[in-house]
Amino acid sequence: MSKTAAEKIFSEKSGTDSKSGDYVVANVDYVMANDITAPIAIDAFNELGMKAKSDKIIIIPDHFIPPKDINSAIQYKKSKDFALENGTWFYDMGSGGVCHQVMMEKGFAAPGRLIAGADSHTNTYGALSAISTGMGSTEAGVIFATGKMWFKIPETIKINLRGKPKKGVEGKDIILNILSTIKNGGAAYKCMEFSGNINYIDINERMTMANMTTEAGAKCSFFDTDDKTIEYLNQRNTGDYKIVKSDENADFSRIIEVDMGDIEPSIAIPNSPDNVRIATAVHEKIDQAYIGSCTNGRIEDIRKAAAILKNKKVNKNVRLMVVPASQDVYNQALKEGLINTIVESGGYFSGTTCGACLGGYMGVLGPGEVCISSTNRNFIGRMGDKSSKVYLANPSIVAASAVLGRIGTPEEL
Amino acid sequence: MINNIKGRAIVLGDNVDTDQIIPAKYLNTSDPGKLAPHFMENEYPDLVSNIKKGDIIVAGKNFGSGSSREHAVITIKGLGISCIIAESFARIFFRNAINTGIPLIEAKINVSEFDEISVDFSNSTIMYNGNETHFKEYPEFLKNIINSNGLINYVRSGKW
Repeated sequence: MSKTAAEKIFSEKSGTDSKSGDYVVANVDYVMANDITAPIAIDAFNELGMKAKSDKIIIIPDHFIPPKDINSAIQYKKSKDFALENGTWFYDMGSGGVCHQVMMEKGFAAPGRLIAGADSHTNTYGALSAISTGMGSTEAGVIFATGKMWFKIPETIKINLRGKPKKGVEGKDIILNILSTIKNGGAAYKCMEFSGNINYIDINERMTMANMTTEAGAKCSFFDTDDKTIEYLNQRNTGDYKIVKSDENADFSRIIEVDMGDIEPSIAIPNSPDNVRIATAVHEKIDQAYIGSCTNGRIEDIRKAAAILKNKKVNKNVRLMVVPASQDVYNQALKEGLINTIVESGGYFSGTTCGACLGGYMGVLGPGEVCISSTNRNFIGRMGDKSSKVYLANPSIVAASAVLGRIGTPEEL
Repeated sequence: MINNIKGRAIVLGDNVDTDQIIPAKYLNTSDPGKLAPHFMENEYPDLVSNIKKGDIIVAGKNFGSGSSREHAVITIKGLGISCIIAESFARIFFRNAINTGIPLIEAKINVSEFDEISVDFSNSTIMYNGNETHFKEYPEFLKNIINSNGLINYVRSGKW
């Protein structure tokens, strides 16, 4: 019987011969939780009174790290104590970063694996041909104890990427345009599988695309494994993995054709990531420009920003914040002199954290303020006050806008 | 088993996301008593003061979209909401509710704020303003979790 990659991986991990729509209890390769979600998961784990499956558990504090207040410090400490007491994987300040970036950098994400994460953007590891899915805390706590979880095997939407992206079009623009078609909730409960000319899309851009499948409501995402995937994996300590791909005649619930050559640099305007406009049509004045997050805070993103900011000044009315997605990204930016470039332009370069992406701290917006951001969500009040506005774009547009003082493109500089 | 439910409708729209249900700035606690007062405060600042224990949320499409925060479910539980009826649910919210024992019903009903609703789970029927709407039963697998009053009890029962 022909199967999609998702059907194959869920079948293998549950020891069944299953199809989309079936409920299975599957063995999870890894389960990840952060400082917001781990504390509730730990409570659930403690209720069960079982021994932890420590080698499967990864704790990565990132949302309110460094702790922003006493309550955050309590949650961080609870997560850390659990990790140390049970001997789980643990990435603290100074070695970790935003959980999804760390999961990929440290080799946990690899082809054919089933990974659960108590964070909605766990979808990201589909960029590395894993099935990875966001979930709640109670169930993450159950995996801590049992190594298993229940799943409904998702149907798969196949997105056939044709053509070649124009210059200046990044993974962010491709996924925003796909979101504009599929809409928030349009891929609910489904796997979004990207196929076709993925060779034109670098791994970091695939991560951005996989990351934002969450904004369509998808359960997971999937890219085929190719030379670029292998090159990325060969630089990390992944251990063994198994390459899986969908059969040609597998049963896809929907096939969407996308000509990447038709896509322009784009911006999601408030208040939904699927509310997409061509970048050249948006000119709003901004108070803040933010580059960071599991969506677009990687070294390639910071290189793009630095290239635009070199020998230029951030507009005097704008706060530019650059927040690397991990300590490794920070270290690399330091080594390449990118931090110098950004700071000399008048930008603020911080340590790694999720921080302002979710309106936590470190760059929260005041009433009526406008931010252009390389992050993933622009819901009402997402980055601060309910009257503030967030526009989502690729990091090049964010950096250019920081110089212009309003939303604009690198071509305008 | 889930008991039958009677309560007043609290009516919300489509795409109610978890940032609306409980803004991220409150995620430094998971205490239901501290979270509940901030339910939907950006969108509807007066809503919480009008919610009574036992009320039923009636919403549109894609309820609970956005982040994985279980705090969204904890907030709603903290208010004493007895059940959520929506045209559709976002997937992580759906899992969180099933796993922590809040009844969810996928159905479209037309009610106004504070209309009386009753739900009979034995025949999968919602009754409101003299109308009846039938909803689809949960698949057997989910029923087992729901009837155990959540995932922790289900795992403890040894059926896992």
